[in-house]
Amino acid sequence: MTGSCELSRRHLPTNVEDLFTRPSSDPQQFHVLAVDDSVIDRTVIERLLKISSCKVTTVESGTRALQFLGLDGKTSSSAVFDDLKVNLIMTDYSMPGMTGYELLKKIKESSTFREIPVVIMSSENILPRIDRCLEEGAEEFIVKPVKLSDVTRLKDFIIKGRKEESNERMIKKRRIQHNCSCSSLAKKPPLACDLPSSIVPSSPASSSKRPRFCEK
Amino acid sequence: MDRNHLQRQAAYMRKSLFDQGYLDDQFIQLEELQDDDPNFVEEIVTSFYNDSVRLINNIEQALESTPLDFYKLDNYMHNFKGSSSSIGARKVKAGCTQFSEYCKAGNAEGCVRTFQQVKQEHATLRRKLEAYFQLARQAGAGMRVNY
Repeated sequence: MTGSCELSRRHLPTNVEDLFTRPSSDPQQFHVLAVDDSVIDRTVIERLLKISSCKVTTVESGTRALQFLGLDGKTSSSAVFDDLKVNLIMTDYSMPGMTGYELLKKIKESSTFREIPVVIMSSENILPRIDRCLEEGAEEFIVKPVKLSDVTRLKDFIIKGRKEESNERMIKKRRIQHNCSCSSLAKKPPLACDLPSSIVPSSPASSSKRPRFCEK
Repeated sequence: MDRNHLQRQAAYMRKSLFDQGYLDDQFIQLEELQDDDPNFVEEIVTSFYNDSVRLINNIEQALESTPLDFYKLDNYMHNFKGSSSSIGARKVKAGCTQFSEYCKAGNAEGCVRTFQQVKQEHATLRRKLEAYFQLARQAGAGMRVNY
């Protein structure tokens, strides 16, 4: 084997700055925080995400994840600043210390971060576990090993959800503006703002609740 | 001409790793991630073997204690199985699954025996992958194989 140790070395935290891989500061890029205690799995997921044009931060534990988000009450959040805003959290379920489930709960309890979709990854296809995670607000439960198609699908799904949310906000704004202008007229014209049904957003959350059982 | 020959040899070696059940689809998934980094798979496999030393030591030490702590053993094996699965090490992974079953059954003899098998498969795969990567490198970058 070629003695390429750089890959493993990169993921060994030696001081605070090395606790997480630092992504570039492009606010437009889809930023994923990946949490996994296995250095191999972190390497793979990082690669999967980078190939899918995502910005990636990998951490080795739930505790480090909370530190990064600034939820541990000790460190100030790197993720609060727009350029490091997290769009998705992918976490392993079985980790020493804080499990992925416990991390999920902490994130959903936070008013700042509860809107961030959280995906649980696990090598074990255990129904009660899946149910529990989905009930706690996990976006999806993926059985490991994670594939490129999983990441692509997830990213597209979440981005679409964000687009629909911002469309919905735009529509509401238009309605408010239109209603304001209508009520100021003496004679109210018929409301011509019937929107084509294609613009009406569907809730992105509902269709994701179906758990994935695909396993080779 | 020589290069084509090497490429064919490498492709054949790769195919037999799949045909003989040493590797599964996850290895192909990793190959598909190579993109601009042709050494990616080799790096991951190297990383795996470096990391496994620790995991194997954990299990070996735990197997020396009496009585056996099956819960701890199963946890250690879970980590090792996860990593093996992530690189597509099919036979190693199967051995890990069997080990876990013996843990759950509290079968000490089964655990010890199966772990020896797992270590053997682990070492065999390492040799085969080393040979394959070396040949692939000799055959040159940009070698395209269709599985």
